[in-house]
Amino acid sequence: MKTIKVGLGTCGVSAGGEKTYEAIKDEIEKQNIQVMLRETGCNGMCYREPLMEVIDEQNHAFVYGEVTPEKAKRIMTEHILAGKPVSEWIVQSGVPSEDDSFFKKQNRIVLRNCGIIDPNSIDEYIAAGGYQAIQKVLREYTPEDVIDVITRSGLRGRGGGGFLSGVKWKFCRQAEGRKKYIICNADEGDPGAFMDRSTLESDPHSVLEGMMICAYAIGAEDGYIYCRAEYPKAVQRLKDSIRRALGKGFLGKNIFGSNVNFSIKIKEGAGAFVCGEETALIASIEGKRGMPRFRPPFPANKGLWGKPTNINNVETFANVAWIIMNGPEAFAAMGTENSKGTKVFALSGKVARGGLAEVPMGITINEIVYDIGGGIKDGKKFKAVQMGGPSGGSIPASMGDLQIDYQQINKTGAIMGSGGLVVMDETTCMVDMAKFFLRFTQDESCGKCTFCRIGTKRMLEILERITDGNGREGDVELLRDLASQIRNNTICGLGQTAPNPVLTTLKYFPEEYEAHIRDKKCPAHSCSALVTYAIKADACKGCMACAKACPAEAIKGEKKKPHEIDPEKCVKCGKCFETCKFGAVIKD
Amino acid sequence: MYREAALNKFEPEKRNILYILHELQDLNPQHYVAKEDIEAVADYLNVPYSFVHGVATFYTMFSLTPRGRHIIRLCDSPPCHLMGSTSTLDHIRNKLGIEVGQTTPDGAFTLELASCLGVCGIAPAIMINEEMFGKLTPERLDAILDERRNSI
Repeated sequence: MKTIKVGLGTCGVSAGGEKTYEAIKDEIEKQNIQVMLRETGCNGMCYREPLMEVIDEQNHAFVYGEVTPEKAKRIMTEHILAGKPVSEWIVQSGVPSEDDSFFKKQNRIVLRNCGIIDPNSIDEYIAAGGYQAIQKVLREYTPEDVIDVITRSGLRGRGGGGFLSGVKWKFCRQAEGRKKYIICNADEGDPGAFMDRSTLESDPHSVLEGMMICAYAIGAEDGYIYCRAEYPKAVQRLKDSIRRALGKGFLGKNIFGSNVNFSIKIKEGAGAFVCGEETALIASIEGKRGMPRFRPPFPANKGLWGKPTNINNVETFANVAWIIMNGPEAFAAMGTENSKGTKVFALSGKVARGGLAEVPMGITINEIVYDIGGGIKDGKKFKAVQMGGPSGGSIPASMGDLQIDYQQINKTGAIMGSGGLVVMDETTCMVDMAKFFLRFTQDESCGKCTFCRIGTKRMLEILERITDGNGREGDVELLRDLASQIRNNTICGLGQTAPNPVLTTLKYFPEEYEAHIRDKKCPAHSCSALVTYAIKADACKGCMACAKACPAEAIKGEKKKPHEIDPEKCVKCGKCFETCKFGAVIKD
Repeated sequence: MYREAALNKFEPEKRNILYILHELQDLNPQHYVAKEDIEAVADYLNVPYSFVHGVATFYTMFSLTPRGRHIIRLCDSPPCHLMGSTSTLDHIRNKLGIEVGQTTPDGAFTLELASCLGVCGIAPAIMINEEMFGKLTPERLDAILDERRNSI
């Protein structure tokens, strides 16, 4: 019998995956087709959603992309019933296709089951080798052995800090006190990062298993998962998965028949980016405003309710079971000297293929953008990539051969962060982008430290006046001064890294700031206040299309004669530029 | 009274405050945390009114003013901005005739901004109540909003 899988992660659903699923179900019932229909998570190809996979009797898999209900019906008739794959819609199969390069350089550890198993089935996770690692640990390893394995693997925290996980676990293990906690940080909030959401939705048990192993190593009986409320599907998956694991005796008292107890509770956030910072997250779980506090003491010594607490993020935990089963050497064999293993990168922005890709550390930026991401959308030119979200920075295309690892990225002024890669093309204004990232941190500042609360506001105002064409001489120096004050006078990562997008764009694109401030020009033609529109008389055919599109009646001209734009009336909306088929409207 | 029943679902412990506020906001016919809700939580947890108010105003997902049946949260993150969220916002504002933070007179929609919805691969995106929509075009937006306006 053939099997059909439909990707119903949030990406799949928001692209219309549920309607596709329903259409397939209808066809099965209407025509009484003998086929297995299942739900799965996300395989990373967000740009091809909704995805439908057909696995035939010979175990050949065919992945179809952008499957609307109508397309699904044709696939049902031709492929499922008549056995003839609809080749023009296949994005992945044994036969070479243009999408193959999306997977070619990937090496999937965290995403090993994503898009393959049904996340609602604990049995499918077990059949895929799940819950073997925790049993092996309980049977053969002392807690110290586990810590030794994780340390030797070289795994670093994937949430942004990049601290060695094994060392962190050891601190918490050695901390005084009987009662200890572990927390899974699922408060992913960096703009441009969505790997944790996808992992929780597509393979929740891998995270639970990682937490179990960590709890055993540290000696904690209680774990929390702090998940942002913007991820209702992930929260639901976690609740269901915990219930299923409890039902099998994998959680609760005497897990897997051992003398170890471990239970997990879920805490939902309520929309505060700063709660991704570990001390703020702890305050939020305790029922307070989610504001960070000064460290030390570190949570490993004084964390949740004052007890030793270990915090790792979703991606970190999802690596743990694989390392136990395959050995720390296998993990450390991948990557660079300082950064071992693989990393999941989230591709977004002006890249042709947006989605999730897991690659060994040490891959270059160009390999990710061109080989995996398929280059820039609409044949435009690659300009820069923002790494590490609002705490990171913009790395210019000229540094595309840079190997991605923690040290190399830090040298550029950006950070690895959680692995978001926001790709920008020639039409992106770097000043505008820096402004947008700073606006994000400004909005999300908790207000505790003066320099973060007010300093980012002043920086934002300066950037706003620069992009509005009111920039002044000395603004760049003022930005640098404020940036250094904010960096040195704030207590948490949010404030300390907030100036990074501004500092990196100042470092790599100083001429763009100059053009805005001195010449009142936006080189990318993106800042509307600095753009002027005009019509090239010799290219204008006098078709009147732009005049009709203009909402301000700023375009004058008779039919078949060149038109003109009245700069006094022009509202700079760009409608004429978009409408003209002859390239006669020019932006400057 | 639903408020009392909602409170009694949770132990009267401070650590449950976010659960309780979520629950009360979800049950409120106008989808917000009312002054009476804050008073009730303060009494239930035996903490000052100011403490509950402080928590409720810290998190962006709690509203202290009444809202419509469908809460539109437009992703205002830099990746969505790159992919045209400004025109998505303009389209919604024009179509519904409301600004960010306002509710349509028929009580159908409230428009809010979200700092990042975490679906950057399919930007620009919005969330309506608990449902996510991506790869938005004006046509797709119209269809989504028209369908929602008539549903309760």
